Amino acid sequence: MAKSADVSIADMDGSEALPRKNGELVFEAPWEGRAFGLAVTLNEHGIYEWPAFRDQLVAEIADAEARGIESSYYERWATSLERLAISRGLVTPEELEARAEEYEHGNREEDWE
Amino acid sequence: MAEDHHEHHHHDDQSPAAIRVKALESLLIEKGIVSTDAIDAVVETYENDIGPMNGARVVAHAWVDPDYRARLLTDGTGAIAELGFWGSQGAEIVVLENTRTVQNMVVCTLCSCYPWPVLGLPPTWYKSAAYRSRAVLEPRQVLREMGLDLEESVEVRVWDSTAETRYMVLPERPAGTEKMNEDELVALVSRDSMVGVARVREPAAVR
Repeated sequence: MAKSADVSIADMDGSEALPRKNGELVFEAPWEGRAFGLAVTLNEHGIYEWPAFRDQLVAEIADAEARGIESSYYERWATSLERLAISRGLVTPEELEARAEEYEHGNREEDWE
Repeated sequence: MAEDHHEHHHHDDQSPAAIRVKALESLLIEKGIVSTDAIDAVVETYENDIGPMNGARVVAHAWVDPDYRARLLTDGTGAIAELGFWGSQGAEIVVLENTRTVQNMVVCTLCSCYPWPVLGLPPTWYKSAAYRSRAVLEPRQVLREMGLDLEESVEVRVWDSTAETRYMVLPERPAGTEKMNEDELVALVSRDSMVGVARVREPAAVR
């Protein structure tokens, strides 16, 4: 059985509150759902405590707002996730860059699906 | 983010953000840190497993099982856990019984505390400044605006949620449902009835 949802994630309040519609989570594109699932899965695997991710996200949102960057909630979420994955030593910026490049230029099949 | 992807914006799965997420996911899977299945399960849990349906099940079960109903009203958290609901954090859920003469309604005047494991995430109106202040000051008027016109004889009780104590309403079982089974009853129970801003409508009115 899948674990039940964590109140400290689902119930975040303030600027970091999850986008929702009538109580349900809203993902405007599939990748937003993947980014959400990835961040929560890493938390469940004990890579970081949820407050660490939340703090990163809050900082990311504040930074984007301060600099007037019109990124979406999940774009900021994805940046937070990336930074945390790098700072926790899961990936290096170089391999991430290289892999993104491959996807961007269609040099990589979606073998992980 | 650069201007140059403005046209397809972030809805496009070839957007820079989409590609970076895909790259990160693929690396983490390759390294054996996560699996596609685990991510899928998480997304599904948060999308589907929480929501008003859980609360509706609690309500319907209480309607058909008097012993459960009694447990629910004395120990909401425990009785709800019997059905497998509630997350990891230790907030208590108190269940309030609505009757013909008492209408309990729930608000969180400070922020948006809400019994989400049973009701899902709070609706926008629940978080609005207007609802949060007016529910306490003029609850009858608020209920009327939301479509529930109560007789003067009905007593309205407003409950203010906190991080530690969250309230859920057990609405009155409507007339005309005597022959319905639990699953059929689940379908009748609306989220708003469990926040106490609506009554459960009789089956004829649902159709």
